[in-house]
Amino acid sequence: MVKTLPKVDVVTVGVGWTGGIIAAECAKAGLKVVGLERGQKRGTSDYQQIHDEYRYAIRYDLMQDLSRETITFRNNRKMKALPMRQLGSFLLGEGLGGSGTHWNGQTFRFLPYDFQIKTMTEKKYGKNKLSTDYLIQDWGLTYDELEPYFDTFEKTTGISGDGKNKHGGKRSNPYPTPAMKTTPLLKKFEKASGKLGYSPYMMPSANLSEPYKNPDGEQINACQYCGFCERFGCEYGAKTSPEITVVPTATKTGNFEPRFHANVVEVVKKGNKVTGVKYIDTISGEEFIQPADVVVLTSYVMNNAKLLMVSNIGEMYDPTTGKGTLGRNYCYQILPGASGFFDEQYNTFMGAGALGMCFDDLNGDNFDHSDLKFIHGANVALTQTGTRPIGTNPILPDTPTWGAEFKKQSIENFTRSLGVGGQGASMPHKENYLSLDNVYKDSYGVPLLQMTYNFTDQDKALHKHISKKCGDILKEMGAKTVVVNSDLDQYNIVPYQSTHNTGGTVMSLTPEEGVVNNYLQHWDVDNLFVVGAGNFSNNSGYNPTGTVGALSYRCAEGIIKYSKKGGSLV
Amino acid sequence: MSQEGKNLSRRDFLKTTGIATGTLVGGGIIGGLIGYNTNKKSKPSNNANNTTGHDEHSGIPARMFFMSQTDFQVLSNATERIFPKDDLGAGAIDLGVPYFIDRQLAGNYGSNSREYMKGPFAVGAPTQGYQSHLNRAEIFTQGIIALEKESKKRYKKGFSDLSEKQMDEVLTAFQKDEVKIPGASSAMFFGLLRSATLEGAYSDPMYGGNKNLEGWKMKGFPGHQMAYISEIEKDEFKKYEPKSLGSI
Repeated sequence: MVKTLPKVDVVTVGVGWTGGIIAAECAKAGLKVVGLERGQKRGTSDYQQIHDEYRYAIRYDLMQDLSRETITFRNNRKMKALPMRQLGSFLLGEGLGGSGTHWNGQTFRFLPYDFQIKTMTEKKYGKNKLSTDYLIQDWGLTYDELEPYFDTFEKTTGISGDGKNKHGGKRSNPYPTPAMKTTPLLKKFEKASGKLGYSPYMMPSANLSEPYKNPDGEQINACQYCGFCERFGCEYGAKTSPEITVVPTATKTGNFEPRFHANVVEVVKKGNKVTGVKYIDTISGEEFIQPADVVVLTSYVMNNAKLLMVSNIGEMYDPTTGKGTLGRNYCYQILPGASGFFDEQYNTFMGAGALGMCFDDLNGDNFDHSDLKFIHGANVALTQTGTRPIGTNPILPDTPTWGAEFKKQSIENFTRSLGVGGQGASMPHKENYLSLDNVYKDSYGVPLLQMTYNFTDQDKALHKHISKKCGDILKEMGAKTVVVNSDLDQYNIVPYQSTHNTGGTVMSLTPEEGVVNNYLQHWDVDNLFVVGAGNFSNNSGYNPTGTVGALSYRCAEGIIKYSKKGGSLV
Repeated sequence: MSQEGKNLSRRDFLKTTGIATGTLVGGGIIGGLIGYNTNKKSKPSNNANNTTGHDEHSGIPARMFFMSQTDFQVLSNATERIFPKDDLGAGAIDLGVPYFIDRQLAGNYGSNSREYMKGPFAVGAPTQGYQSHLNRAEIFTQGIIALEKESKKRYKKGFSDLSEKQMDEVLTAFQKDEVKIPGASSAMFFGLLRSATLEGAYSDPMYGGNKNLEGWKMKGFPGHQMAYISEIEKDEFKKYEPKSLGSI
């Protein structure tokens, strides 16, 4: 028996960064918002014993419970897709704050080039730089148009930065707080990369350099550099996350109700409108319909796409014909890099998630690609995020992976090895996409999302080029041995790589090119909004959260406009 | 890969086990994905048959998962070969690793309770990861039976009665997936065993391993420290007396 609840103005599916921002802005504007979160309530007081590598970084205690829901995966259409039975390549979030709880806090703005990648690439290199198998397209919104929303997100989160990036887009304001501490390791990278002609700057950080009160009156504390950021929550309230900013902002209006253990299984559609969502209370087992004037999908890339698919909203992408937009342009990130082994010991175990020095000289179109077989590039960085003993066992090539020699080297090198690496941009390819699995189901009987993904020639060329440059920097830093990452092969879902999955619900200038317009409003259903990294039509050489935050503020503005006058916003 | 041709490549090993070294950056791993071969040159240690690993005052000599002392002894000796006692300090047995694994197998880890274990089950490509219908507890049980069986086949002795060199040969055969295990693969079992050994050596002592914080002391990891804000800008390397979560 499905129980229908009283109607609200806005319902969000998920309460992380995107859901939290939508809730805060809409609730401040007087709209009644319900946030359906399938995980549990949590906050700073729950993180007092968070310094537990095994529980959180190895067994992934803050992440999605895959026994209830996962995805299926294959490298190409010829393979049979099988369930991702354990977390590995990427770490899906769950619970209040979502991935915004266990992120590192590296908060960049995508480049102007990203938003107009097709136009700018063709203008400079002609129409045949990439084959037609790559589905690059302009985003339907320029950097300059998105700038005010980047600014708002940075003010909400209090980002610490030095503003010294020569290659970034124009900024209307400096970073709200000064950059983090420049440690000896970062100085070493700064000196070496500067000597090689690059322009290093301090990584913009959501681990704040000083205490900060944001425009909504929320307090964020100063980072203590404890070395437990990524995969952990912050016990100090010093890593900006939804549960210490936008969620309390929404709550104090009196217009927001977060509802936990609420797993949405369907968006309910009638005619050309959605009427609400159906969800299951995973504790009581009861089923509910939550009616709403506006439905906003604010879960992760995977589940946003899946909910549209299982609710039959929009046209599924077909790689054979190239028709359909839902599930298209799934992108990831590739990780060029190198390891350096040193004689001296460094305090590698000290750190913070976004403590780093980086440069953009090899990112976007900031260097000439005329003679290269790829476009775009990577932000290259040395980060000091805090090494931990289970996860960090550096050994030289041709060393056994167990036994006495392994033990000796992994102990010796724990404080004597450093990595320089890039986050390589990922271009959409016609064979990389999301769809629905026709065999495997989640705990509620709903089909799993299916991912078809492999690295492309573009990825391999980019990876090789930038890995070598990373090795050069380590040599300049004085490493006695430098090991450059071996060439990319097939994408493998087992080893951890990056939780920067993008695409599938792309934003676009026309309905033929994407799922939502540039207010993140669904092209076919005007009271449905879909927001997150799924909106990216290509992935950049940066962490996605800064751009996700900006799009969320843009989306909130759209929802508020829509609630006043209705109709399509473009 | 300069080792003999039948060795797996580093990449093959990474494919099947997901083991990676290097430094985490952003959402990703940077640095090399380093290290596989089986060119074992480990020194003998004296305690491979001391399967209790605890003195009489330690208070945790009991087992939660393994019913058979013989099986537990096989597990203990195998972990010790993976992480042997040497002049740097304690090996897996003295660190309590076998007890750590025993406890883990009795709980959520052993029953894969937060992982997708619904069928149908199929053999996948290495890039698709764990596809066994067996949970970790079952794989360890089968793996230990197979270690014993393989030892008897090769040397007419149980695993715990082998020399260290012989133990390494058997373990290497498992790592290279040369031994059959019903419902799983020997390489998968070896990958789990290796990971679990390191996890036991280096996790907070509340889990039963890393006894007396010896794992962290050897590695130079300070454990649970509240803050490095006043130290992180200093040039010199700083040594800490490690702290566990339970010490606060």
